[in-house]
Amino acid sequence: MKQGIYTIIEHTPLTKDVYRMVLSGDTSAMTMPGQFVEISLPGFFLRRPISVCDYDEKTITLIYKVVGQGTDALSQMKEGESLDMLVGLGHGFDAGKSGDAPLLVGGGVGVPPLFNLARKLIAAGRDVTVILGFNKADEIFYAREFEEIGARVLVTTVDGSVGVKGFVTDALPEHFSYVYSCGPMPMLRALYKAAQGKGGEFSLEERMGCGFGACMGCSIMTKEGSRRVCKDGPVFDKEVLEWQI
Amino acid sequence: MADLKVTLSGLELDNPIIPASGTFGYGYEFAELYDINMLGSFSFKGTTLEPRFGNPTPRIAETPAGMINAVGMQNPGIDRVISEELPRLKKCFHKKVVANIGGFSVDEYAECCARIDGEEQVGLIEVNVSCPNVHNGCMSFGTDPLGISAVTKAVKAVTKKPVYVKLSPNVTDIVPLAVAAAEAGADGISLINTLLGMRIDLRTKKPVIANKMGGFSGSAILPVALRMVYQVYEAVKLPIIGMGGISSARDVVEMMLAGATAVEVGAANLVDPWACPKILAELPSVMEQYGISSLRDIIGGAH
Ligand SMILES: Cc1cc2nc3c(=O)[nH]c(=O)nc-3n(C[C@H](O)[C@H](O)[C@H](O)COP(=O)(O)OP(=O)(O)OC[C@H]3O[C@@H](n4cnc5c(N)ncnc54)[C@H](O)[C@@H]3O)c2cc1C
Ligand SMILES: Cc1cc2nc3c(=O)[nH]c(=O)nc-3n(C[C@H](O)[C@H](O)[C@H](O)COP(=O)(O)O)c2cc1C
Ligand code: FES
Repeated sequence: MKQGIYTIIEHTPLTKDVYRMVLSGDTSAMTMPGQFVEISLPGFFLRRPISVCDYDEKTITLIYKVVGQGTDALSQMKEGESLDMLVGLGHGFDAGKSGDAPLLVGGGVGVPPLFNLARKLIAAGRDVTVILGFNKADEIFYAREFEEIGARVLVTTVDGSVGVKGFVTDALPEHFSYVYSCGPMPMLRALYKAAQGKGGEFSLEERMGCGFGACMGCSIMTKEGSRRVCKDGPVFDKEVLEWQI
Repeated sequence: MADLKVTLSGLELDNPIIPASGTFGYGYEFAELYDINMLGSFSFKGTTLEPRFGNPTPRIAETPAGMINAVGMQNPGIDRVISEELPRLKKCFHKKVVANIGGFSVDEYAECCARIDGEEQVGLIEVNVSCPNVHNGCMSFGTDPLGISAVTKAVKAVTKKPVYVKLSPNVTDIVPLAVAAAEAGADGISLINTLLGMRIDLRTKKPVIANKMGGFSGSAILPVALRMVYQVYEAVKLPIIGMGGISSARDVVEMMLAGATAVEVGAANLVDPWACPKILAELPSVMEQYGISSLRDIIGGAH
């Protein structure tokens, strides 16, 4: 983990309430896809956890949805302004476990953390399929970006306005080697059921105090005992999680 | 040269900065970030006789200038703290640590303190009496002078280490509680613990915290903490560890003027993991600005 000041070099709306922000600064603390940052916002006490969508030696890309006051304040920020962030938080996706034909499943703002993972898997020669689940056409983002880096992309919408009508589980391919996912809990639960017998990793969300393992604010009970979503996760082996199904 | 040294019941501290219980784990998350030996000491995560998972999530909510937590004293239990956490801590922290102890009955507090009494790494015991008293209709020990007195006596009987009683601010008058602790033999008073608070989510129209309510702390509570430390300083002749909302060197000086011998820094560590080193770095210049050469001299200076 590193704390630093990051400059906003690009800030663009992707849909009516989802934004992409590219920041420049020290990214040396990033070690794996699926890690997150904690953003300090002027006037707010706690930092906001946001997954890293993509990163390279000099930049970090975040995609976030405006859901409350903090993300609303974030959306008002302009290119050239800067943000105090903790970077390189948490344990992310293990790209080494993917097998030949990994499946990546994202729901809504669960899509972003899969992007850098997809990039790494494709670079390693994997045959990557991505399912992106949204409610309706005007919420869709990043389908083209995933295609551009070489992934096979399937979009699902609940209302059927684009792609497969229904949920991400309605578009599951017959063959895949491993599954990586991030999205709302009901989606993860359905996916867990549908992907039984396959290995996989899911990224979870929890309200956080610190984001770096100090406060026990984000603890969940797993089959291997108590774990902190911020430090031991947010990405967990799906078999370790308690599903109550 | 600014003199930062203070003494708590014979325990000499290089400076008065002590990270508060529950915001610093057992130290090593922070030891990865900076040399925690620069701290006066630190108060480890509230530890109970048995391991506890704590409360369901969400456990955290934000407030204007603060936060609410309902962690519920998640900890591995006293035996594992002694067998695993303290030996691990020894490798990165060479000073005495403050052992923060919680409990749900008088016997439990006493047993916990008896077990930690033999640990030479522990400089003093901070007894958190804010937990619900399960043997007495769930009323908190900390809101009842008789409860405080019973816990303090029981703990003093089993340990030679200095015992600091950590008071809850959720009372009409803090003074009788501090007096009860002092009369029962406490070596010092720690205050304040968190204020009971809550937030409601406008989207779900339900409390944000799964447990509905939780402990409110952070910058917003500084004036309440200062007031209570000031009142306790007038009422008892014991050293005070003052805390609640401290996030800067100025806050430290203010808390010491109110009557604290040392201070704990809580929620500030969570939003800025380097909060304590920053406070330490700015203390000398703040002291110089206000004409203070030795921190010892200003304790209770506002009275
Ligand atoms: C590991 C992790 C990664 C995340 N990645 C993304 C991402 O890539 N894109 C994205 O849009 N969102 C992401 N989120 C959710 C994001 O953190 C929340 O939407 C955001 O904190 C809401 O802040 P607010 O001030 O707008 O909302 P408010 O409701 O006004 O916030 C009040 C408090 O609750 C917290 N909070 C509210 N909702 C959530 C939530 N769902 N999860 C955690 N804390 C919450 C806030 O951080 C803040 O402390 C992630 C959350 C976690 C835990
Ligand atoms: C996440 C969190 C966990 C805490 N856990 C404990 C605990 O286990 N035992 C205890 O005595 N106090 C606990 N506290 C209270 C703090 O030690 C401190 O008394 C209080 O937060 C006021 O200081 P602050 O405003 O600087 O945070 C906790 C506080 C927070 C924020
Ligand atoms: S948010 Fe503090 S331990 Fe996870």
